[in-house]
Parts: sequence; structure tokens; C-alpha cells
Amino acid sequence: MSLRKDLAIIAELVNANARVLDLGCGRGELLAHLQKFKQVNGYGLDVDPEHIRICIEKGVNVIEQDLDAGLGNFADDSFDIVVMTETLQSVKAPDKLLREMLRIGEECVITFPNFGHWRCRMQLLFFGRMPVAKHVPNTWFDTPNIHLCTFKDFERLAADLNFPIIERRVVNLNNVESPLGAVLPNLMGPVAFYRLGRSDRATT
Amino acid sequence: MPSTIPPNSVGVITPERFIYEDRFDLQSAEFLPGFELVYETYGELNTERSNAVLICHALSGNHHAAGYHHLEEEKPGWWDHCIGPGKCIDTNLFFVVSLNNLGGCHGSTGPLSTNPNTGTPYGPDFPTVVVKDWIKSQSLLADSLGINKFAAVIGGSLGGMQALQWAIDFPERVGSAIVIAAAAKLSAQNIAFNEIARQAITSDVAFAGGHYNRQQAVPDKGLGLARMIGHVTYLSDDGMREKFGRELKSGDLEKGAGVEFQVESYLRHQGEVFSRRFDANTYLLMTKALDYFDPARDHDDDLVATLATAQAKFLILSFTSDWRFSAERSKEIVNALIAARKNVASAVITSEHGHDSFLLPLPRYVKLLSSFLGKIYVDHCGGTEP
Repeated sequence: MSLRKDLAIIAELVNANARVLDLGCGRGELLAHLQKFKQVNGYGLDVDPEHIRICIEKGVNVIEQDLDAGLGNFADDSFDIVVMTETLQSVKAPDKLLREMLRIGEECVITFPNFGHWRCRMQLLFFGRMPVAKHVPNTWFDTPNIHLCTFKDFERLAADLNFPIIERRVVNLNNVESPLGAVLPNLMGPVAFYRLGRSDRATT
Repeated sequence: MPSTIPPNSVGVITPERFIYEDRFDLQSAEFLPGFELVYETYGELNTERSNAVLICHALSGNHHAAGYHHLEEEKPGWWDHCIGPGKCIDTNLFFVVSLNNLGGCHGSTGPLSTNPNTGTPYGPDFPTVVVKDWIKSQSLLADSLGINKFAAVIGGSLGGMQALQWAIDFPERVGSAIVIAAAAKLSAQNIAFNEIARQAITSDVAFAGGHYNRQQAVPDKGLGLARMIGHVTYLSDDGMREKFGRELKSGDLEKGAGVEFQVESYLRHQGEVFSRRFDANTYLLMTKALDYFDPARDHDDDLVATLATAQAKFLILSFTSDWRFSAERSKEIVNALIAARKNVASAVITSEHGHDSFLLPLPRYVKLLSSFLGKIYVDHCGGTEP
């Protein structure tokens, strides 16, 4: 089973038998992989009917739930890791959701398209138009992405919320970690990958 | 009446009888000196006996879930669009068992049966049965069929409650439980509707304290009224507007007199048809079973603790316009299952047909059942990936 690069990195991070919550789990690739290879007790949330059907067909524990309606039904500390890939930019209140993720889980992993990528900057600077690129493929009037941000923006939010960054990675769309992005993430990295912990927890 | 049996039908089905001759103790501390259950089966039990699926019926359902009893039968069984070769509960893969519950009026031991102590029908003296009693009686039927473990126990509404109770009472005998448009217990509003229905029946003069059979009478007005009330709660406001609007069946709004709206005539018809096919004492018994259903009661009202021993994989389905058993009630079950760390998937299906949705062939609903059961077949019945 070949996993999308960001999902493969997450799969490596997850311990066997861990409790995993995947927000916006899509077709359930990550959870199906974790269930099969790491005996993980995982749940995924999604609202897309076809995603939900595919998850069910795979035997993934998918729950039809809108992230914008909150996560109040999940108890504090009920998960080891809360994952949200390529979804942060489309929720109504990313800051509130981040807080919720770290209330429910000890750690969270978040990936999102970097709006500070040079391709985006170029389009705005030279053409004066809202950027459309491989990692942000939607036109401004027809996009689920209502809260696009950059590496720097996200790091400022994490600092404001007092959530320490455990790890940052830069992923590109060809399923490899980007060497240029590692040097200049905000300019060269198309996809941001962050692990956040709680402030009450020692980070190394 | 079908001119020919469709190829995806289970065909002509003859109901069978399971006779249990020992004393059967009930939750109410009463007992039956034995009982009979009428049931149907569709498909073949495999040699490993691992492909059995149990269908649990709702308030007014019965064992006749699919196919035809004879070629002149007007309509097939109540869930025919879901059960059959190539359908979502695929009888090419599964051995499907569907029964009429204890206390029913379509062939299983119930108020219409003869009380061996008196030689006359039980009538209102038939003991109270609750969902837990049904599960126990169904487990005895499973024993008699050589089924140790069901690949799936499936039900909607009161049937969904039975699927949930199965997973709690016989964890090792349930591979998966599909709980549709159900609740972990009834709300006060829900019990209130049942009580109004019961009052409609018991206040019909013909009811005669439940001994109507002695007088060769039938409380058809009361039973019809009970059904009308129930029926309204099974539909949604939008669904009724869509179906009936304010269309007139007869009369003239301008002149006022003798006006009859379509919805009135529809409800009366439903009530009349129902009172001909259903027994009033059974209706009282079934609504009571609904009201008393509350598996968490034995665990200090803690549903999470109640579900702790369950081993089944759960699929919890609900419908957006269902206000009798709202999606919120299903959500309570889902949340408890997550807190208990059970395997569960859930979906809220968009439908304007209210509680009745669970009986309808809604495309998304049918596909979800099919997808879930396809995986169950692979995991539990030694099937291969399609």
C-alpha cells in the first residue's frame, strides 16, 4: 500500500495500539493503514458521503461529523494523537479547532498547503491575481479553502496559543521531502507539516 | 401480484416454525411454558455456519421480510428491496433469518395464542415481554438453526434496539450490529406518543379490557387511531407537504361543508388497513417493549459501561428528517461506542421521509449497507474482496 507522503510520515509517528483521531479522514487511507499494520484504535471524521462510504467499505471507523460543529463529544485526553491533514484551511475557526485537538489528544499533527510558497507570491505580485497552484488548485470563488495561511502564520498562531512545535517538516507534491523547502520553508515548501504538543509538556 | 418473480427476488417463501418446549423465564419474573416463533430464511448457511444474518423487525413488522408467500400476494416482504440475490443484504452471500417476535400477532406465540392454563387466547393476560426477552428467544432460535455467531444483526427503529441489545447480551455471538434510526432509550416525548396510541386503543369500547375476542369484536377504531398517530410521527413535515400538500380529496373549500383533505383520507386508510392486519393487544405489548428499552439501566445509566463488553463492529445510521428517533439519539449511541473504544462507523443520511426512511430504498442508505456488509463478508465469512 503506497501512502501519500504526509500520511506515510504520520504513519511512522504513530505507535502500535495508539488511539488515533483523524479529522477530515477522506478515503480513510491513513486509518486503514494504521489498523492493518499497527493495530490502532482509530476513528476518522468526515462529511463527504462518498468518502464515508469508501471508509465503511474499507472497514475504517468513520463518523459523519462536521468539524465546524465542534468536537465537544470527545472527552479530554481520549486520544494519543489527533491528526488533521489538508483540512485546517477549510474550517471556520482554525484556532478553536487547534485548541480542541490538544484538549482531546496529547499531540496533534497538522498539514496544510503553504500560501507563502513562491508560486503563490509570484501570481499575486506580478499578475495581481489570487494564486492558483498545484497545492492550492481552486479558484478564489470556488474553493473550500477559507483560511489559507503560511508557515510563518501558523507558527505565530501556535505561539499565541502556547502550543510548542515538536517538529516541522516540509513536504512537496512529488511525495518527497523538499531539500529547498527545508532551507526556505515559507518560500519553497508547498505543504507544511507540523507536530504540536501541549505547553505543559516538555519538548526536546 | 408479480406476473413473474423478479430474478433478484428470493422468490416464493414458506415460513417455518421454531418450537421451544421448555419453560421460558421472562424479565418480568413471569414465564411462558414454552413458545413458538414463526420465521423465514433466505439464502444458504455455509458449511462453516459463519454467514448468518439476523433481521429484527420494528413495532409493526413481522417475519415476512422478503419474497412472496404465494404468487397472488400483492406485495413482497417488508424489506424486499434490501434482501435478495445481489441486493444490499445479499442472499448469494448471506443466510438471512427473519422472525416474528414473541408477543407478535403473525404466527409467533402472543396474545392471540391459546393459554395452555385456560384453553382460551391469552389476550390482555399475555405476559409483558421486553427487548431482552426477544433477544433470548432469538438466541434459542439461532441455536436450533446451528448458528453460533451472526455475521450481522440488523434492525431499524425497535429492530435497531434489538441489534444493540444483541451486541450487549451476547457479545461473542455478534460479528456486527447495524443499528438504524434507533435510540439507546426512548425520550419522554417518544413515550408520550406511545401512550396516546395506547389510550386510543384502550378507550375504544370494543376493546373490552383486552378481551375483545370473547365478544367477537375488534377495537378497530382505537387501533386505527393509534396507527394514525404513529404514522404522523413516522413522517416529516416536509415529507407530508410534498406528498399531500393541502390537496382536497373531496368537497369544496369555498362552500366549507364536507371538505376532506388528501392527508385525512390517507391516514384513515392507513388506520383501517392496519386495524385489519394487526392485533390490539400486540400493539400495546410492542409499544411497552419500546418504552421499557433501556439497556444502560442495569449499569447505573452508564451507556459506555453497558457497551464495555460488546465485541461487534457497529454501523449506526440515522436520517436527517427523523424526529421520532432523531439523528441526535443515534449520535448518543455513537459517542458511547467511541468512549468505550468499540469499532463503529456512522452516517446521517439526508432524507425528507422522516422515521419511515429506514424502510425506503434511499440510494445512499442502500449503498452504505452494501459497503458495510461487503466488508463483513470478507472479515467474518471467509469471502474475498470484491
